[in-house]
Amino acid sequence: MRGTLSDRTGAALLMAPLLLFLVLAYAWPFLGVVKWSFTLPTPGLGQYGALVSDPLVQSVFVRTLRIAAIVTIVSVTAAYAITVVWVRGSPVQRVLAEFCILVPFWISVLTRAFGWVALLSNRGLVNTWLQSIGFISEPLTLVRNEFGVIVGMSHFLIPFAVFPLASAMRSLDERVLLAARGLGSSRMRTFWTVFVPMTRSGIIGSAMITFVFSLGFFVTPAILGGGRSVMIAELIYLRIFQSPDWGLGAAISVVLVVFVGALMALLFRYVKPKQLV
Amino acid sequence: MQQPGRAAEIKANGIGKSFGSFRALDNLTLDIGRGEFLTLLGPSGSGKTTFLMILAGFVQPSEGRLFSDGTDITDRPAEQRAAGMVFQGYALFPHMSVEQNIAFPLKVRKKSASEIKSRVGEMVERVGLKGHEKKLPAQLSGGQQQRVALARALVFEPGVLLLDEPFSALDKSLRGQMQAEMKRLHQETGTTFVFVTHDQSEALALSSRVAIFNHGKLLQVGRPDEVYDRPASRFVAEFLGEINMLPVKGVKPADNGATGVCEDRAVNMRCKAEKVRGDAILAIRPEHMSIAPEAAAGENGIAATAVASTYLGAATKLDLTTRQGAKVTVSVPNEVAAAALSKGNSVWLTWPAEKGFLLPDGGQ
Repeated sequence: MRGTLSDRTGAALLMAPLLLFLVLAYAWPFLGVVKWSFTLPTPGLGQYGALVSDPLVQSVFVRTLRIAAIVTIVSVTAAYAITVVWVRGSPVQRVLAEFCILVPFWISVLTRAFGWVALLSNRGLVNTWLQSIGFISEPLTLVRNEFGVIVGMSHFLIPFAVFPLASAMRSLDERVLLAARGLGSSRMRTFWTVFVPMTRSGIIGSAMITFVFSLGFFVTPAILGGGRSVMIAELIYLRIFQSPDWGLGAAISVVLVVFVGALMALLFRYVKPKQLV
Repeated sequence: MQQPGRAAEIKANGIGKSFGSFRALDNLTLDIGRGEFLTLLGPSGSGKTTFLMILAGFVQPSEGRLFSDGTDITDRPAEQRAAGMVFQGYALFPHMSVEQNIAFPLKVRKKSASEIKSRVGEMVERVGLKGHEKKLPAQLSGGQQQRVALARALVFEPGVLLLDEPFSALDKSLRGQMQAEMKRLHQETGTTFVFVTHDQSEALALSSRVAIFNHGKLLQVGRPDEVYDRPASRFVAEFLGEINMLPVKGVKPADNGATGVCEDRAVNMRCKAEKVRGDAILAIRPEHMSIAPEAAAGENGIAATAVASTYLGAATKLDLTTRQGAKVTVSVPNEVAAAALSKGNSVWLTWPAEKGFLLPDGGQ
C-alpha cells in the first residue's frame, strides 16, 4: 500500500502514541535489564558464562523448546481443522467455528488455567468420569506435569494460530481447487496436494506466532505445571523474586529476547506481515 | 497422440439450472458432435458458463440429463468425468513447476514414472514451453501460463476439452496467436472442444459451430456462416456484429423469397418469409451494402444522406440517415466515402437480395 506523503505523515502521527508507549514501557526498561545482565553482581560476562554452564538453566531451556514445539504442532493442527470449517464450511458451521474461536478471548488466561486444573486433577471431571465408566481404576496424572502444561497452552494459543491460516485460506483461488478436481483428483487428494501446500505461508506464520508465544508463557505453566515443569519465564521470575540473582535472571531474559527476535526476523523473510492477520 | 474415436459425443437433454429464484439456464437441449469445436457465445449472465460448469460436473443441473457417448453422466462427480478444463485465469497450481502442473492429471491416474516423463515432455514440446519446465507459474508470462493450462488439460487425452474464456486476460496480438494455436491443437488431438466466450469474432473465427445464449436460453446453434448470415432472431443478429435494421411493410412470400416495401420502394429478399408476414425488420450487415449514385429499377435500394464518416484504414465507416429517419452504417472503400460526403451528401444505398434477411418486428 502506498499513500501520499500527507497520508503517511498522518499514519505516523496516529501511531505515535502507541510507539511512545512501547518505548517507555518496554524498550527503556529492557535496556535496564540488559545493563543488569552485564553488571550484576559484578561487571563482565560472568552471568552469560554461568548461563552456559548451569545444568538447571540448560534443562529449562531444553524443556521450554520441547514444550513450545509440541504446543506449536498441536495448536496449528487443531487450528487448521477449525479454520477450514470457519472459512469453507456451511453458514451454520461458520458461525459455530467463529464462536469457538472468539469465546476463549473473553476469558482470562488465569481463569482458563484454573479451569483446566478443575478438569484434569486427580479428582477432576475427566478422571472421575473415566473411573465411573470403568475405563481406568486409578486416576491418571493429567496435571502438574508437562501434559497439563501442553493442554493449557495449546488451548490458549489455538485462536491465535487461526488468523494467519484464515488469511491464507481466504486468499486462495477457488478455481485452482476446481481445476484439481476437474483433472481427476479426489477431494482428499486435492486437499493434501493442492490445498495444504497453497496455504503454506499461513502454516509458517501460524507456527511461528504459536512458537514465539509459547516461549514466553508464564501463568499457564506455573499453574498447570505445578512447579515440576518450569519454563523460561518462570525461571526468570524465580531468579529475580526468590533467589535474588538479578544478573542471571537478566541474562536469561536477554537471551530469550534475542532468540525470539531472530525467529521473528526469520519469519518475515518468508511471510509478509499482512499475511498474518 | 489421440485416436480420433476417443473424442466424446455429448448430449444435453432438457438441462435447467436455478440458483434460488434466478433461472440461470432453461430447458437446454443440445448435441455436441464427436471432435467438434463448439463455441458457447453470449453476454455475461446468459447461462453459457453455467452450462460449461454443468458439463464439467462442478454444477449439478436442477433438471435434465447429460449423456457422454450414450452414458448418463448427470450424477457423476467432476473427478470421474475425465473432461479437460481450462479456466479463466488459468488456475495453475502456484506451488508446482510447469512440469509438475502438467504431470498432475497423470499422477492422479497413477501412470508410471516413465510414461509421465515421456508424455509431459511431449506435451511441453507441443505447446512450445521447452526450457521452462522447472519454472513456477508466477515466473511465466500470461501467454505461457495459458499454454501450461492447455497442456495440463490435454495431457491425459480427455474426451472433451472445456475452455472458460481462456483468452480474456491476454492482449490482442497474443490472443490471435493463442487462437491459432488452439485451432492447431484441436486438429492435432481430434478431441471435442467446448469453448466459452463473449467475443463474437473469436467465436466465428474458431468454431465449427456456435451456440448463442441469452437470459439462460439457447437461441440458435449453427455453423459460423449460418448464424452470421441467417440469424434466427434480432438478438443473435445484433450480437454477432454490426447490423442495419430497416422497417419493412407488407411482407409476403414471392418467387424464391419474399417481397415487401421499404422506405416506399419495393424490395426483394431471398430468405423465406415463413415466420414473418406484414410488418417486419429487414436486416443487412454493413459490409453488404454499397453506395451508388442511382438504384436501377428492380434493384434493392433506398435514398439516404451521409452524415458522418470514420476512417478505419482499410475502409471507411459511413453513417447515413434514410429519408424516413432510420440510421444506417455501411463499410465502404475510402474513396467512395469521400465522394459520398462531398456530393451534397445524398446517395443511394443498395444491397443484393440474398444479403438481406427478415426478422420479426419488435421483441427479440
